Amino acid sequence: MSSAAESTRQVSRPVSRVVRMRKSPVGRFLWKVPFWTLIALIFIYALFPFYWALRSAFTPDQALFNTPIQYFPHNPTLQNFRDVLGSSLFRHALLNSTIVAGSVTLISLVIGSIAAYALGRFRFRGKSSVLYLMLSMTIFPQIAILGALYTMFTGFHVVGPFHFPQLYDTLWALIFSYLIFTLPFTVWVLTGFMRALPADLEEAAYVDGATPLQVFYKVLLPLIAPGLVTTGLLAFIAAWNEFLFAVSFIQSPGKYTVPVAIFSFTGSSGNAFQTPWGQLMAATVVVTVPLIAATLLLQKRILAGLTAGAVKG
Amino acid sequence: MSSVVTPTPAPRRRRRTKLQRRQTRLAWLLLVPALLVVAFVAIYPLGKTVYQSFTNQQFLAGITPTKWVGLDNYTQIWHDPAWKHAVILTLKFTVITVSFEFVLGLIIALVVNSSFKGRGVMRAVMLVPWAIPTVVAAEMWKWMLDDTFGVVNDLGVRTHVLSHSQAWISNPSTSLGAVCAVDIWKTTPFVALLLLAGLQVIPTDLYEAADVDGASKLQQFWRITLPLLKPAILVTLIFRTLDALRVFDVFAVFFGNRLDTQSMAIYIQSATVGDGNVGLGAAASVFMFLIIAFFVVIYVTFMRVNEE
Repeated sequence: MSSAAESTRQVSRPVSRVVRMRKSPVGRFLWKVPFWTLIALIFIYALFPFYWALRSAFTPDQALFNTPIQYFPHNPTLQNFRDVLGSSLFRHALLNSTIVAGSVTLISLVIGSIAAYALGRFRFRGKSSVLYLMLSMTIFPQIAILGALYTMFTGFHVVGPFHFPQLYDTLWALIFSYLIFTLPFTVWVLTGFMRALPADLEEAAYVDGATPLQVFYKVLLPLIAPGLVTTGLLAFIAAWNEFLFAVSFIQSPGKYTVPVAIFSFTGSSGNAFQTPWGQLMAATVVVTVPLIAATLLLQKRILAGLTAGAVKG
Repeated sequence: MSSVVTPTPAPRRRRRTKLQRRQTRLAWLLLVPALLVVAFVAIYPLGKTVYQSFTNQQFLAGITPTKWVGLDNYTQIWHDPAWKHAVILTLKFTVITVSFEFVLGLIIALVVNSSFKGRGVMRAVMLVPWAIPTVVAAEMWKWMLDDTFGVVNDLGVRTHVLSHSQAWISNPSTSLGAVCAVDIWKTTPFVALLLLAGLQVIPTDLYEAADVDGASKLQQFWRITLPLLKPAILVTLIFRTLDALRVFDVFAVFFGNRLDTQSMAIYIQSATVGDGNVGLGAAASVFMFLIIAFFVVIYVTFMRVNEE
């Protein structure tokens, strides 16, 4: 009885007007309008600030500080780019950032992949504690150790018999301190990659008499190469973008990294006329374009790495 | 039935073979470099921060000899209106940005999750704000929000949303909104991508079944999408909250050391580096650490309660 009643109810259920409209061809088209409007809005929202930086970088100074505002440069110029790339401060900053981010990435990948080998391919007691330690380090507030690192770097710091070297105002201070956020992250993500490899992978190699170290760099490392690229890029971007330590530990302008150099354009205050906005925007474009290019190129891998680092945490 | 059958004794696993012991030793050996780095870069400085918070440690320690001052730093900070202000401002910033980023991010994730032409392009576009360094993003927005030549004012006045140009950053009543706007712009796509990853794990046949049963799209969202997305949502919220609480870059670019607009991190950095008062900064760091820990505990208990 109940089934019959239900089936009739199902049939006679009035199809709402919205649904009927959505099924007709015209309705289907109209239904898509809000959807595509939303897409367009997201698109503009995400890209407009970057477009504005581009537009300002190509606009000559006299047009930049003029109202009404030009939404597209009438007389585009490369002068801002020439000025900013001609300044030794900015060129040094690009070099310094490359050195720092490159070294940090390299060190993290070497140490991190070795640790990931242990955590991903071995069974031993204490493994999960190490993993938890690494995970808790990834959410570590860097500001909490600012003062301690600051005093350690002055050169007057003694740990037992060990005299800590004076790193203040050197790039070493940054390379050392950036490991706090790149290394645990690298270990965490690479462990995931190591674990995902098939379980009996090493056995054949062991049977052939390979040592664990050989297994590591001849069998496993080539297989997680995509993981190394992703993790390396994410670590590089994180180090390239870091600002708090860079602005605290570096004093001489010749050793500024990119974020500090860009920050020094505007300083803490100052009005629009004093800030060379055209040059500043040219600098932001120069700094950002390689990052965006790398990101778009490795889009899929980055997404995988980001979600491995965050969602599975 | 099963209780009647006596379980066969499990093979004894306690005794570890020689191979296992060797494996364990090798594994720890491989972990030595990573653990040494973590100990040196994170754990030792953290302990040192706690210790320093009880001393009058100065950056130029040669001039003022360092001595134990007990809880002096803590009481000083507790009674410092600037610190209280910084805490409240940072909490406001956190609540505003995290809720906006979550709602907007969820909408974007839902839109991009539905299949349409150009979905790949859209996803790539969403990575652009994420890839831009925070300092750079803040400078871009600072220029867009400029009171005379900023595009935001121009657009606002042209469309008659604004009656006249605003000094968004220097005006105390809009400055918080201005920093929030930068953070929301930069991080919403990231939040959307994390939620999108969560959405893609939900099996599609659940929706097909719901369609057959005549559930509306809204019902499907509340009954299927949201409950199954909960783990991804919670992890995203934790990450975002912790990030927002330690915000530094945007505040530094927009306000420098302006006293009425300090975040907790700005307060600590200017006490430590600006004034060289490392002990005081360390005490503030410990306070901040406790606030962050408080949020972690709330989230984790919330997650536990939900799992049961």
